[in-house]
Amino acid sequence: MYVSPLREPLITGNKDYKKITADITRPVLTKPGKTWFFGITLSSIALIIGVFAIAMTIWKGIGLWGLNRTIGWGWGITNFVWWVGIGHAGTFISAILLLFRQKWRTGINRSAEAMTIFAVMCAGLFPLIHMGRLPLGYFILPYPNTRQLWVNFNSPLLWDVFAITTYLLVSILFWYMGLLPDIGTIRDKAKSKARKIIYGLLSFGWKGSARHWSRHESMSLILAGLAAPLVLSVHSIVSFDFATSVIPGWHTTIFPPYFVSGAIFSGFAMVLTLMLIARKAMNLEDYITVNHVESMNKIIIATGSIVGIAYITELFISWYSGSIYEKFTFFNRALGPYWWAYWIMMTCNVISPQLLWFRKLRRSVVFTFILSIFINIGMWFERFVIVVTSLHRDYLPSSWAMYKPTITEVAIFIGTLGIFFTCFLLFIRFFPVIAIAEVKSVLKSSGDNKKNKH
Amino acid sequence: MAQAKYIKAYYLDDNQLLKGLKNLKKKGFQILDVLTPFPVHGLDKVLGYRRSWIARVGFIGGAIGAASGFLFQTWVFTKDYPLNFGGKPFFAVPSFIPVTFECTVLFAAFAMVFAFLIRSKLGPGAKPFIHDERTTDDRFLVLVGMGKDESEKNVTEIKKSLKESGAEGIALKDDVQISKNF
Repeated sequence: MYVSPLREPLITGNKDYKKITADITRPVLTKPGKTWFFGITLSSIALIIGVFAIAMTIWKGIGLWGLNRTIGWGWGITNFVWWVGIGHAGTFISAILLLFRQKWRTGINRSAEAMTIFAVMCAGLFPLIHMGRLPLGYFILPYPNTRQLWVNFNSPLLWDVFAITTYLLVSILFWYMGLLPDIGTIRDKAKSKARKIIYGLLSFGWKGSARHWSRHESMSLILAGLAAPLVLSVHSIVSFDFATSVIPGWHTTIFPPYFVSGAIFSGFAMVLTLMLIARKAMNLEDYITVNHVESMNKIIIATGSIVGIAYITELFISWYSGSIYEKFTFFNRALGPYWWAYWIMMTCNVISPQLLWFRKLRRSVVFTFILSIFINIGMWFERFVIVVTSLHRDYLPSSWAMYKPTITEVAIFIGTLGIFFTCFLLFIRFFPVIAIAEVKSVLKSSGDNKKNKH
Repeated sequence: MAQAKYIKAYYLDDNQLLKGLKNLKKKGFQILDVLTPFPVHGLDKVLGYRRSWIARVGFIGGAIGAASGFLFQTWVFTKDYPLNFGGKPFFAVPSFIPVTFECTVLFAAFAMVFAFLIRSKLGPGAKPFIHDERTTDDRFLVLVGMGKDESEKNVTEIKKSLKESGAEGIALKDDVQISKNF
């Protein structure tokens, strides 16, 4: 296959198939280092704090949160949307980039998909707790019941139930089917009996038969084709939660594309945050190269610019529409009591990604890491601004109010961070972080040692 | 059917594997299975596999999902329990679309994954016969069947053909497992 000499290699360090297997299975088959134990201790503590705060909320009631009659959606929904957004990068990378035949996805898709699943799990938790009665959470599902009622299929909140459940299940299927060959590799590499049995069960008996590969390939392609519109639908539906209401600042037609690009923007930032640590800690620099970082940064700048344009369009339309309520809401957002949140959002999401136009910064690992954290913060504030500033001052000045989170809400948020990082750390300990088979399949066209020979 | 005897050999390069297989096919030998560490492009064509039916299974699953999602919502809101939401129509097609779409994707994905697992006989508890632990690492394993002719002459001919194309570890095997778990 002809590959342009201008294309940088995606796999460096003079690898062959055997070395790839050895490098990627090493963290699974050897004892983890101190950093891993430190990380898992820290994240488990956060998780326990979160579980405690959730238990308190369910035991005592939602009154433990800082919500009031005016502001019924606070940190809970902010965090929900933030986590769902983060959960968009994985399937975007593995589905949409697969359809576009982007080979650089092979280095990061597996861990990004895992991240997606954990982020969506964290997201799904918030609406469930927010309902106040967790044991009655199944009321949101349409099942024949003694109340003889069905759920409201006209409501975006119910569409959310379907979208998020479907997204979670399909993401898990896609991720696990992709993992099968790699679990097979671990089974065959493992020396201990316990590992052989457990990974043998998990591998579903994969042995790499040509017929299986043939079916696996066509299944993956079509799953990707299905997952691509699914990714776009999920955050569109989340944005409907806001857009179909009549609250100024929410009632906007640009919400679906604006939310989707924001989601991919924040998801890529989170992938970068995690992968830049992982590649260093697990010595995977040969597989997640600076070239990968640059490619991801290019997507960040594209989606970040769309987000920036969306912010400015919103501002312009609120003035141009002539609606006094819209005009006031946006004026209040930028210069009202929550001005600081708005300007944190603007700085982190609109200004900071524009620095990536410089090639030097785009290829700097340290800069990218710092930037990715800024974007994570900025995107959290975006959701906070949308949820809180729109609600706290709407049509009736007599019901204007302010909102401050309580310690319980903060603890629940920290708890979801704990769940996310604990799951991710367990994942990198027990499963290969990089799609071994997929990396092998691009070695000949993208490995630094093979490329020159063509 | 129990295929008693077969010849096992492996290659260390996918291009060699393709060349070797083409050669064997041309000579009319029966290739029982090829085990590779990653999907080798062009292997289907060489082995003469038809395109997988999995796409059609996905389509049927998706169609069932779409129909059941849409019809269920319609039944609930027009027949079983019509509820008046702010005077809006009971049969509100646009607002049924998101749920219908999600059902389509969900059903199609599950149909395909189950079809894949069942058809390939993969699943928790499946016990594959591991011919070589390095087929998931760096070896491209080929299993060649003898067909009806199990004579010494035929065996040497297959072995020769494998050797010519650069295969290694060529060995005659007779474990019956081969036919059981494809």
